Amino acid sequence: MLKASKAINLVGEAVVGYVKEMGSMLLLLLDTIRWSIYPPFRLDLLFQQMERVGVKSILVVALTGAFSGMVLALQSFHFSRSFGAETMVGVGVALSMTRELGPVLTSIMVTGRAGSAMAAEIGTMRVTEQIDALSAMAVNPIKYLIVPRVLASIVVVPILTIIADFVGIVGGYVVGVLVLGINAGAFVANMEKYVGLDDIYHGLIKAAVFGLILSVIGCYKGYTTTGGAEGVGKATTQSVVLATVTILMANYLLTAAMF
Amino acid sequence: MIEIRGVHKSFGALKVLKGVDLQIPKGRTTVILGRSGTGKSVLLKHIIGLMSPDRGKVWIDGVDITRLGDKDLNEIRKKFGMLFQEAALFDSMTVGENVAFPLREHTRLREENISGIVAHKLEQVDLPGQEGKMPAELSGGMKRRVGLARALALDPEIVLFDEPTTGLDPPMAEAIEDLIIETQRRLGDTFVVITHNITTAFHIAHKIAMLHEGRIAAEGSPRTFRRSSHPVVQAFMARGEEKEV
Repeated sequence: MLKASKAINLVGEAVVGYVKEMGSMLLLLLDTIRWSIYPPFRLDLLFQQMERVGVKSILVVALTGAFSGMVLALQSFHFSRSFGAETMVGVGVALSMTRELGPVLTSIMVTGRAGSAMAAEIGTMRVTEQIDALSAMAVNPIKYLIVPRVLASIVVVPILTIIADFVGIVGGYVVGVLVLGINAGAFVANMEKYVGLDDIYHGLIKAAVFGLILSVIGCYKGYTTTGGAEGVGKATTQSVVLATVTILMANYLLTAAMF
Repeated sequence: MIEIRGVHKSFGALKVLKGVDLQIPKGRTTVILGRSGTGKSVLLKHIIGLMSPDRGKVWIDGVDITRLGDKDLNEIRKKFGMLFQEAALFDSMTVGENVAFPLREHTRLREENISGIVAHKLEQVDLPGQEGKMPAELSGGMKRRVGLARALALDPEIVLFDEPTTGLDPPMAEAIEDLIIETQRRLGDTFVVITHNITTAFHIAHKIAMLHEGRIAAEGSPRTFRRSSHPVVQAFMARGEEKEV
């Protein structure tokens, strides 16, 4: 009986903690929206973050996209050959990349590269009082640190997703046509026939939402860091885990709503 | 003048400030003395609005800052400069960029003018020509000098110091104390210094206030403070420099 009540207590505490954290994160998001519409608009900081989040992620996103497209082609070729539909491999690769794998893999890679860096950088600034120093100098830390990171991620993750989609489809083409010998004309024609612009748009909307999720979680975890260097490490790990899980959950909900 | 009246602050079940009343005179150096963990930094953060009290008021030149919104509070904060305990320099920026930061954020000065002011402020803290260094290349004492230069960049009326000599060797601590005395004399600003170091307090203060168990236990000029019959003050005096009550 005592054990059961302890277990209920623990579960209750965990649920309350989770709801509290979600509430705090939502408040931070509302603050971020509020400060992003007040002038002055800091384009210099926005471009700086776009470079950090976007340009420096291109290689890793392209590699992820290429190998995902290649393996998709390889897997779907063996499956579709059993009922003579090899020429549909391109469709499978393109739809998987644009609708699901492009936005999801891109945002997970950006979470690992840039979301974790946001948590670590802002967390270090928090524990070394640099954020208090910003406030003391009459500079709002949400406007200065968080708004540029969130806006940059919302803009840049869809752009990176376009790159991942393109490179993934090219990878699928290379494996399907050049390695496995599928007819090139049929590969491309079927892709044109069955993949619509809607598929690409929906994938990009997902990417923008994932950009928002990974940046808000990274910034929130950094902004609320306590406990010195150990706290920064914890915040960084938690931001990656929480953002990845949230992106996967959001992906299911967005897929259910859009397709 | 800064006036703190009935300020209470708790963190969860922990009551840190339990009704602090204090007047900080204009154009003088006031030291808030107390042992570690008594809430000195918390009190300092209330003065600049980095924390808001659960109860009580803080007036800066007649304005109650506990009732202000973000924008008005930022206007008040432009009157302040603050030197943090470990200086809190932005480690992604050079020394020069750190000192220039408030000027770039709050003035429309041209870059050459900003460079001139930065060079002048660094000279005032005995670090001429150090603009290009990164904070990681500086010693603890040098970081605090740069922090002071940054705090003074906008020519504030009030400068707050959070444990300016903690962790420094005695000659360096004395050099920072001399710098504080010299800067206050030159500028005539209101300086508020918190420390647990009684030597520092007597060296630099025009007024000393002792924070103990969430309240101001004793206050006055260094001379009257030294003669205070309050047992906590006596115990602090008896234990001497850097020792806790």
